[in-house]
Amino acid sequence: MSDIAIRIENLKHFFGQVKAVDGLSLSVPAGMIFGFLGPNGAGKTTTINILLGLLEPTEGGAEILGFDIRTQADEIRSRTGALLEHTGLYEQMSAEENLEFYGRVWRMPAPERDARIKELLSLMGLWERRSDSAGKWSQGMKQKLALARALMHRPLLLFLDEPTAGLDVAAATAIRNDLANLARNEGVTIFMTTHNMAEVEKLCSQVAVIRQGKLIAVDSPDELRKKTGSPQIEVIGKGFTEDVLTLLEKHTEVSGTELDNNHLIIYLQEDTDTAPLVNLMVSEGVQIEEVRKGKASLEQVFLTLMEEEE
Amino acid sequence: MIADILTVMWKERKGLLKQRGSRVRALWVLLIPAIMLGILLPWQEGHGWIEGYWSLIGSILIPILLVSTFIPESFAGERERHTLGTLLASRLPDRAILFGKILIAVIYAWGVSLCVLLLELITVNITGWDGRIVFFPADVLLIDIVLGLLLACFMAGIGVMISLRASTVQGATMTLMATTFLPLIILQVVGMVLLQKGSGGRERIMEFITTVDWMQVIMIIMLVMVVASVGAIWAAMVRFQRGRLLFS
Repeated sequence: MSDIAIRIENLKHFFGQVKAVDGLSLSVPAGMIFGFLGPNGAGKTTTINILLGLLEPTEGGAEILGFDIRTQADEIRSRTGALLEHTGLYEQMSAEENLEFYGRVWRMPAPERDARIKELLSLMGLWERRSDSAGKWSQGMKQKLALARALMHRPLLLFLDEPTAGLDVAAATAIRNDLANLARNEGVTIFMTTHNMAEVEKLCSQVAVIRQGKLIAVDSPDELRKKTGSPQIEVIGKGFTEDVLTLLEKHTEVSGTELDNNHLIIYLQEDTDTAPLVNLMVSEGVQIEEVRKGKASLEQVFLTLMEEEE
Repeated sequence: MIADILTVMWKERKGLLKQRGSRVRALWVLLIPAIMLGILLPWQEGHGWIEGYWSLIGSILIPILLVSTFIPESFAGERERHTLGTLLASRLPDRAILFGKILIAVIYAWGVSLCVLLLELITVNITGWDGRIVFFPADVLLIDIVLGLLLACFMAGIGVMISLRASTVQGATMTLMATTFLPLIILQVVGMVLLQKGSGGRERIMEFITTVDWMQVIMIIMLVMVVASVGAIWAAMVRFQRGRLLFS
């Protein structure tokens, strides 16, 4: 198999006058978790549908695992798994029957299918409730079952459309851990969309950001932070008066401040020495409890990218 | 392809009787026409039900009613319950999905209509026992069997076309029922108007009814049904393509 799992070339898809995907080009190396980010309506789901051969591109093309999306979509679907916008579970059927159906779809022999069902349901902590109708389960359990279904045939590439959307913290964490294990232990390439930046930070080796169907950035989260977000210090304490903020902002190495109760973020130029700033605040009577130096969060990077595009 | 069709049928069979909630409710959908057409009416009519063309009522109504329930559940229901995208993202070919769904609906509906024929036979023989076993005339039985199958296929093809355009199961079912029964109702109304009008209309209709070769009429209808069924299923095949399904 090629080192590149997904290669997209100038992909376009228009719904009438609306450009859902507009000249998208990117490559996703095999074996990594790739985050595909963008605001609602950016074209993320449409892109996944095109890559799975569920929608014809208006222009351009793509290769998935070396297969052309226009002419070899069946081959692509045979080798990939998908957890789309909805779980896609048959709620009147039991968890076991849902997996059995997709095991049959992928023509797994009965003994292998049964073993895989047990393995996956046990891995997801659902084995004890395998005979329950999926419709009776919580959203988190359904999402896990849907993930198990997507993994049933040991796909080389997994498309996940907001896999943790609507889940509580515990369920979302469990799914994230499962995904991290999959990529690490089984070498599965994961192409996922999400709005959760903490999830991206934790899981993704690379991210692409799209807006109105156009690619606006692609890199590792660290590189994106370096390129887009400025260094910053977070100061937790008391006594952040207007005068203190004005003094700080007059400092040539400070590009801005943001105060939220007792939490002050000071945006800095590159290679700024922070000690004089801390001294300045102390001399102005600020009671500092904690100072943290760091890069901008991915959320800030994302917002900056969106603003730049506007 | 056949293995894939059987896989889809396996799933449809699992879901078919449970789609609308309880098994009991689903059973009623099967039991009510079976009791009406298999027991009550034949009991009332006696031997005439078996020896005449009355059994055709069941062979016509049951496939129409059951396919009109099953096909919208199977096609529009898949979209309404948001399971269609995942199914289409699998390796199953379009045709396997289409034929798997159609076949299970046709087999169920036709199977039930055959069971009702058997029930009619048992009912009439028990309730009107006169020392001999009565059986359907060969031509009537043949028509019952073939017409039931053809109607189920035709309804399935039309049902797929309607279901693919409908956003809900209820909408698809209503449209399918209206499409099926409206021509029959119009025909009946026209007939009644002609009967009321006088000026020889009534006489001409009665003459037609009493002198026409019904076997010939039914054969023509069946021939039309064959063509219509093939046409409807072919149109469904053209329409049922991944690229058109998700965002139509």
